[in-house]
Amino acid sequence: MNAIKNLNKTTRNNFLTYGAVVLAYAVVQLLMGSLSSSLKGMLVPICAYVVMALSLNLTVGVLGELSLGHAGFMSVGAFSGVTAAMALQELIPFAPLRLTVSMLIGAVFAGIAGFLIGIPVLRLNGDYLAIVTLAFGEIIKSIINNLYLGLDGKGLHFSLLTDRTALDEDGLLIIGGPMGIGGIQRLSTFTAGFVLVMLSLFIIFNLVNSRTGRAIMAVRDNSIAAESIGINITKYKLIAFVTSAALAGAAGTLFAMNYTTIVANKFDFNASILILVFVVLGGLGNMFGSIVAAAALTILPEALREFDDYRMLVYAIVLILVMLATNNPAIQGFFARLRGARKGAAEQ
Amino acid sequence: MKKKLLCITLTLALALGLSACGGGNGGNAGGNNGGNAGGGNAGGSNADGNISGAAFKLGGTGPLTGGAATYGIAARNGAQIAVDEINAMGGIQFELRYEDDAHDPEKAVNAYNVLKDWGMQLSLGSVTSKPAEATSVMNMEDRIFALTPSASSEATTQGKDNVFQMCFTDPGQGAKSAEYISDKSLGSKIAIIWKNDDVYSKGIHDTFTARAAELQLEIVSDTTFADGNDKDFSVQLTNAKDNDADLVFLPMYYEPASLILSQANSMSYAPKFFGVDGMDGILAQPGFDTSLAEGVMLLTPFNADSTDERTAAFVAKYQQQFNEIPNQFAADAYDCVYAFKMALENASATPDMSNEDLCSLMMTQFTSMTLEGITGDGAGITWETSGAVSKSPKGMVIQNGAYVGLD
Amino acid sequence: MTFLSYLINGLSLGSIYAIIALGYTMVYGIAKMLNFAHGDVIMVGAYICFYAVSAYQLPPPVGILLAMVVCTVLGMVIERLAYKPLRQATSLAVLITAIGVSYFLQNSALLLWSSTTKIFPNFFVIPRGAETSTGFSLFDGQLNISYVTVVTVLACLVIMLALTWFTGNTRMGKAMRACSEDKGAAQLMGINVDTTISVTFAIGSALAAIAGVLLCSAYPTLSPTTGSMPGIKAFTAAVFGGIGSIPGALLGGLLLGVIEILAGAYIGTQLQNAVVFAVLIVVLLVKPAGLLGRQIREKV
Repeated sequence: MNAIKNLNKTTRNNFLTYGAVVLAYAVVQLLMGSLSSSLKGMLVPICAYVVMALSLNLTVGVLGELSLGHAGFMSVGAFSGVTAAMALQELIPFAPLRLTVSMLIGAVFAGIAGFLIGIPVLRLNGDYLAIVTLAFGEIIKSIINNLYLGLDGKGLHFSLLTDRTALDEDGLLIIGGPMGIGGIQRLSTFTAGFVLVMLSLFIIFNLVNSRTGRAIMAVRDNSIAAESIGINITKYKLIAFVTSAALAGAAGTLFAMNYTTIVANKFDFNASILILVFVVLGGLGNMFGSIVAAAALTILPEALREFDDYRMLVYAIVLILVMLATNNPAIQGFFARLRGARKGAAEQ
Repeated sequence: MKKKLLCITLTLALALGLSACGGGNGGNAGGNNGGNAGGGNAGGSNADGNISGAAFKLGGTGPLTGGAATYGIAARNGAQIAVDEINAMGGIQFELRYEDDAHDPEKAVNAYNVLKDWGMQLSLGSVTSKPAEATSVMNMEDRIFALTPSASSEATTQGKDNVFQMCFTDPGQGAKSAEYISDKSLGSKIAIIWKNDDVYSKGIHDTFTARAAELQLEIVSDTTFADGNDKDFSVQLTNAKDNDADLVFLPMYYEPASLILSQANSMSYAPKFFGVDGMDGILAQPGFDTSLAEGVMLLTPFNADSTDERTAAFVAKYQQQFNEIPNQFAADAYDCVYAFKMALENASATPDMSNEDLCSLMMTQFTSMTLEGITGDGAGITWETSGAVSKSPKGMVIQNGAYVGLD
Repeated sequence: MTFLSYLINGLSLGSIYAIIALGYTMVYGIAKMLNFAHGDVIMVGAYICFYAVSAYQLPPPVGILLAMVVCTVLGMVIERLAYKPLRQATSLAVLITAIGVSYFLQNSALLLWSSTTKIFPNFFVIPRGAETSTGFSLFDGQLNISYVTVVTVLACLVIMLALTWFTGNTRMGKAMRACSEDKGAAQLMGINVDTTISVTFAIGSALAAIAGVLLCSAYPTLSPTTGSMPGIKAFTAAVFGGIGSIPGALLGGLLLGVIEILAGAYIGTQLQNAVVFAVLIVVLLVKPAGLLGRQIREKV
């Protein structure tokens, strides 16, 4: 017990977050038999959304730049990852390994997209950066909606706008433009999702607590001051942005491999906004908050099915009320007092 | 930050609390389905909760919110009318429950799982194609028989022996349209406007162009639109006009189609317009100037203006309950429920059967029976073992604000 | 000639974006918040007008006026209930609340007015005998211009000029500019910041009602999600022109509309959206604060 107390506050918080995730995983695994299929079906998407929220928190919370196109990276990861999984079907028959390789490939492609987009975008700031990320998200959606990619004995073929892949007889059209990808083998498992969440936490915590992370936060807090002490702003912005994009890519692969079909329109502006809601609700820079918010808000619309036609209306009202409540000085003060009292009691 | 955290924890508690009570009384959600409210307490979270029920649990997912809500709500309403009618007859009883999927495969899987927890024995699949591709796999794995009213992509039924369709497949429609245009020599130069982020539109477009090439129809203009730019069609129409197209093929739903018609009118461009089943419903839009659609031809399985007795009764009932004229989604869903009734009666199935038993019974029935429905051309509806429906679309033309048979 | 007709269509579409963008930019300039619910206020305005005219048989001008009144009240109520309590919160918190409001309005509309598409009547017609004429043609019918287009472009210009005059010359307008510069200082000078923001929302929402009527007159399908995509496009337009700038919103809106149509015509309809957004990105990289936005040098 003392050992934990002696750790510094950040490290302790980080370990508590790891612990909470492991605990949640263990509890769910123990209860797996008695869970409703509705909840079971949501486990993998929850993991994917948690990773999305964590990675966006790196951009919005730690780097301090508003991104409205995060779903675009998820899309790149989903499509490249699934393509890889389909292409590697014979080469890697062992499913968990194929999933891992696919997620890696998804992460790499999303990371590359993040790098390419990051170079021009990160010169801007504030709402202008937000709108440019929104624009890139829409462009990615538009391009994938017009992308045709097939696989046959001669290798991968792709074309834009119309299907000119001219595959052999035994060829397989993987991405069919607006039809997206169909017939995906559902390789994603809750365990894979759990591992990805842990890995993301590990990467983010280590990044944030390193010299690089402190430089990134210095850029966030005051870019001019950071520049004046010799921090290369673009470099550190890019590191955060690309890491965030790569994690989103892996989450995209995990998400896509949980369904038999995936279309580019899924990853639109609304999806980006949804992830942003997780991050803001969980607290900027607060990774544990992101995890809880992502899980809660993914379950919430399902839990509201009782309201029938009023479901999404109730969801909207809950969202507004939560935002009002979390920002209400009186309620904040109440919780502060509550915690103060508890702390006082503990010290006695 | 910690303050927020606390609030979040509270939210989570709230969410979990709600989901906990969600499991208990799921049976009520079907709404006002006649006299079998006794099913209400059978909806436990375990699949065998249906043994005590006296009604077949029929579930479906569809977009009840969001941009595609029209289709899901229409299907639910159509199915509801059929269920009410059948329950009032005595004999076979249904308990209907529709869950919202917001036209999204992810949410459709969630909705499917909710229905499964409820103890769904028979499924109406999903209303739209992409969600149906995701849920039909689950139908296949869980051995819950599905008959989708309107998910028309081939992938919905492909490789699934227990998923059937009530609507034509998209490729079927594309090829049939091309044949129809060629047979009746409706146009020599054809323009196509389609939605290039939509599975339905894309599926019809691809087979139409392929079949048109075989039939030596000349396609002079091929333009698209997508979700973000589905308001202004001046570019597409100008392209068609400049290429002297005398027939414009519109494989899409009726909302964009009505914009296309009104914009063509204001450009004084008056080619023939040819639509597919998604076009049905264009006349029923409140405020629509039917003169714009004068002469529009479409292949549709359902005609709300039909003088057929059952159709007229259905339309009257629908209007009375929902203040709207039913479209083909409602009619297809209505037929689906009657198809289930017929198959269950033929097989002498009882509500205490498990979904696996019902599934194998349904599979034999559906491939052997012929249904007289309100959709199709009156020759009866049959199914192939692939799950595809075999019924003929009616060629319709709009004259004086009403559908008239083309033949 | 085809080019000219594309250009006119682009201006028509662009004017609608511009009117919506004016609402966005007003609110952003003064309250410094992205009001993502703005697009949905447009939809509400269109529905009010639709029902006033088609169900209650009111004359169109009364319908439009009624829509403006309802939207004004709605805008102020939303501001009072959902945004005012967050005045001290981060701009992101307000953004998320605005999204909540947007969901709320869309789903309320779905429940109130059903999902069935309504076809909006075209008010801008001139009766000519038994027929009604929706537009006129020039150059032997080679160029067709509808009256809606003319009205929209004119309305857009009039609104822009009126807003410029209002913010430049009236007491309230000056108060708005003061709030936009520095809220704290404005308050110290005796300006009631809350009232000013409330009035801004009222004006923005009244504009939304006009935009809704014009949008649906030009493109007559009306459903609960009608406002969302034009809303996002208009937001893009506002940023394009330099958010917070009134002439910028007009310029951004018009350019966005024209680029959208021309991209579809000369590059291809399939990548229309991609081209629009690519142009936006290029412009923002060259002029990081938008076309007419003020580039604020950060002081050390």
